[in-house]
Amino acid sequence: MTDKARNVVLRTEQLKTFYILDAFGCEKVVKAVNGVDLEILGNEVYSIAGESGCGKTTLLKALYAAVEPPLRVMEGKVFYARKGDELDVYALSKEQKRRLRWDHISYVPQGSMSVLNPVARLRNSYRDFLESHSDGKTRKDFLRIARRHLDELGLPSKVLNAYPHQLSGGMRQRVTIALAALLGPRIMIADEPTTALDVVVQRGVIQLLKGIQETLQNTIIMVTHDMGVHANVADRIGIMYAGKMIEEAIADRIFGQPLHPYTQYLINSLPRFGDKTMRQSAPGSPPSLADLPDGCPFHPRCPQVMQRCREEMPRMKTMPGKHRVACWLVEGGVNERIA
Amino acid sequence: MRVLRDLFKDYRFALSFLVLWFLLIMAVLSAFSPYDPLIWFHGPPNLKPSVTYFLGTSAKGQDIFWQATYAVRNSLIISVIAGAVSRVFAVLVGMIAGYRGRGTDRVLMFFTDTLLVMPLFLIIVMLALLVRERMTLVNLGLLLAFFGWAWDARVIRSQILSLREREFTKTAVLSGTGTLKLVLKEYLPFATPLIFSTLINNMAWAIGMEMTLAILGLTDINIPTLGTMLHWAISKQALFLGQWNWLLTPVVLSVLLFIALYWLSVSISEYLDPRTRVQRVGGK
Amino acid sequence: MSALLEIRNLKKEFAFGSILSRLRITAVDDVSFDINTSEIFALAGESGCGKTTTARMILGFEEITAGSIDHKRSVAPTDTRRDKVWLSHGVQAIFQNPFETFNPLRPVERYFFETVRNYKLADSDGKARTMVDETLRAVGLSFEEVSGRYPSEFSGGQLQRVSIARSLLTSPRLLIADEPVSMVDASLRMSIVNLFKQLRDEMHVSVLYITHDLATAYYVSDRIGIMFRGNLIELGVVEDVLMQPKHPYTQLLRESIPEADPNRRWTERVSLSDIEHEEYMRKGCRFAGRCPKAMEICRTDLPEDLRIGSVMVKCHLYAGECND
Repeated sequence: MTDKARNVVLRTEQLKTFYILDAFGCEKVVKAVNGVDLEILGNEVYSIAGESGCGKTTLLKALYAAVEPPLRVMEGKVFYARKGDELDVYALSKEQKRRLRWDHISYVPQGSMSVLNPVARLRNSYRDFLESHSDGKTRKDFLRIARRHLDELGLPSKVLNAYPHQLSGGMRQRVTIALAALLGPRIMIADEPTTALDVVVQRGVIQLLKGIQETLQNTIIMVTHDMGVHANVADRIGIMYAGKMIEEAIADRIFGQPLHPYTQYLINSLPRFGDKTMRQSAPGSPPSLADLPDGCPFHPRCPQVMQRCREEMPRMKTMPGKHRVACWLVEGGVNERIA
Repeated sequence: MRVLRDLFKDYRFALSFLVLWFLLIMAVLSAFSPYDPLIWFHGPPNLKPSVTYFLGTSAKGQDIFWQATYAVRNSLIISVIAGAVSRVFAVLVGMIAGYRGRGTDRVLMFFTDTLLVMPLFLIIVMLALLVRERMTLVNLGLLLAFFGWAWDARVIRSQILSLREREFTKTAVLSGTGTLKLVLKEYLPFATPLIFSTLINNMAWAIGMEMTLAILGLTDINIPTLGTMLHWAISKQALFLGQWNWLLTPVVLSVLLFIALYWLSVSISEYLDPRTRVQRVGGK
Repeated sequence: MSALLEIRNLKKEFAFGSILSRLRITAVDDVSFDINTSEIFALAGESGCGKTTTARMILGFEEITAGSIDHKRSVAPTDTRRDKVWLSHGVQAIFQNPFETFNPLRPVERYFFETVRNYKLADSDGKARTMVDETLRAVGLSFEEVSGRYPSEFSGGQLQRVSIARSLLTSPRLLIADEPVSMVDASLRMSIVNLFKQLRDEMHVSVLYITHDLATAYYVSDRIGIMFRGNLIELGVVEDVLMQPKHPYTQLLRESIPEADPNRRWTERVSLSDIEHEEYMRKGCRFAGRCPKAMEICRTDLPEDLRIGSVMVKCHLYAGECND
């Protein structure tokens, strides 16, 4: 299987990004992304699940090449596939990276307010955007493009005349997503796009994201902690735990036959309508990224822990059905019966 | 002691701490001065630095080094009185107004704002003119204290206002904690960096204000302070006489003092900042 | 089953803006319900529906505009002065963000000892310690694990347990839990929710569980009230309300919850309201603007509370089926 055939649009190799904090001489190393290998394909929704503080937001920042101190890339590479070439993102110059942004890859950060200029009407934000990425168009052209773009997405174009604070949270989030899709990027990265939104509004936002993905046939990489959202939009899901990717498969398999004990806890503890049987959550708490245990980071909480888990971190192993999992149980064949 | 050790890792703190020690030792040295600072011509006038007169003598025939020790001491006394007394006002008014809110807040803020909008400098100049005869170090300190708390009270109040909306306030209320305890135990730790940095800024302001008044001749110019030293050096034409040692001594000392106070305030408030504190608490 | 708390015609108005252009919003409008002893009552709805304001009024953190909150013969105060007896021995609260519940600059144990001291729950330090240890054990922690530690040294789930333990010190009859698990990690969420069940069954504590998450509400609670823009629009046993929702809004809400099952993805599209103020101001039913089954009467008259079987619903659609 060649990369071309599988149409990989974004790839990482043993990516490690750590926060190096120094507060009055007490240095702390937070291993937020600790050796992640990803291959994200064209025309798919890849969503990343994990608990708060597992490094998922940091991973997105690293994928977008928005790494700023105290965050540092310690090891590994990120590649974008663009027009048949593979670009090593961290080898690019600032200007080259800037040109890729919004055009090839765009980013919707957590809390949409930070993208929109709070003291400018939205049409000015849209114009600034278009101006910096396309040449030789007049003011009228910009406005027309923006209107048409919003119409296509089913958003009222009168929002262009509003200031960000005049819109409801859901509308603001949708406008931000629309803005990120304006130049038809091949990859869109969204960090918790529905957090803090009400369920009905959340549904609207997801509807919009899905719609954009279907029209542009591009790739969406999304982070959310809501397993329901994952089930609803994701083609493939990656489960992150303590800075590592521990399982990855298509949505059906993650929800239907999770292999990693952590994923099993995550899925089995979800409350379901019409079922009031007792649900158990994983014992203990996630480890601090500044103070990781040896071996597999889940071993202190794992009910099926073995001696090997305490000493060595298992590699990602590909199971049938492109189901990847990093667990000694699978490696040793114990969990095969579930698979 | 761990606190000091941590703080010394910051070069700004270490430097400003050394400078302040140096100035403090100077101030203490004044007690061992062989000369009375109020007596003129205990030596020959306008000497350049020499072995006998370490920094030379002034046109008034006073030893500049020993005069400077008094000046530093007195300036520090004024600034400490002004800073400490105005902190008491600022903290009380700010915390009570912030936590009690409503009517109390409105009344207290009325006084604060009144003080804020008044042209302070003119009023201080006028008051100084009126009481010039009785302008001792303590009185000058108190006068500056009275005018120096309003802005800081507002700053502290606004911090309390935002703390009051935080959830742990409700936890404390549900734990049965009364108002006074709540303010002191829950809010004071958050306000300490503010109180510290405003204290140091206020001290710097008081020293500057004293210098301004002294140069204008509005304080008791016989008492040596950094300001009155400058006043005499300027009025006795130190510059024309080439007595750079007379003019530069108070200038260099006050510049050192200002920079040291500024760095100290920046460094300490960074150290006490709740966010970095939380990090250290969790970090070990 | 006896009522622990009777809430009748509760109303709260907020005024915004200056004297010249005053905007009044009724955050809670004519809300009545009971909380029974040893039951978990969920109050659910979207943000801005008035569920948190209702809780704040029960806790005495907010003045009541009209209506009453009765608990065991005595009346909750109508101003912000807190009725100390009711608060200390009757009702306690757990907040959404456990890291905000405690002052980050103080060790959490201080809150325990302050509670004991302020309410004079123990007469010696030794007894106080035993008492704190006992309540911490009730939530699966121990004094050794908590002693001397600051909030930042705990995980969210642990800290939420600590918060629950603190509220249990005064042996309250009612716990008000405002979104207690929304900030807790998914892998730990159920342990907190199960704790509420355990408290109900073993200590006969009632819980007012305020949430936007209907799936956990279904899992944990006995009865549920759905609020929309200040109105309580549907109320009843949780199985009835969530499995066969009657009010069109409850139906929409129920459908919009993304279910953790990739085979049941949404197919229909939803329409969203973009102007919230208008829905508060609406004369008739506040959902009429978005309701697929809206009738003429919905736009003019606010529906009565109708009782259908075990469920109360505030909707004109059921005017004929009422079985009073």
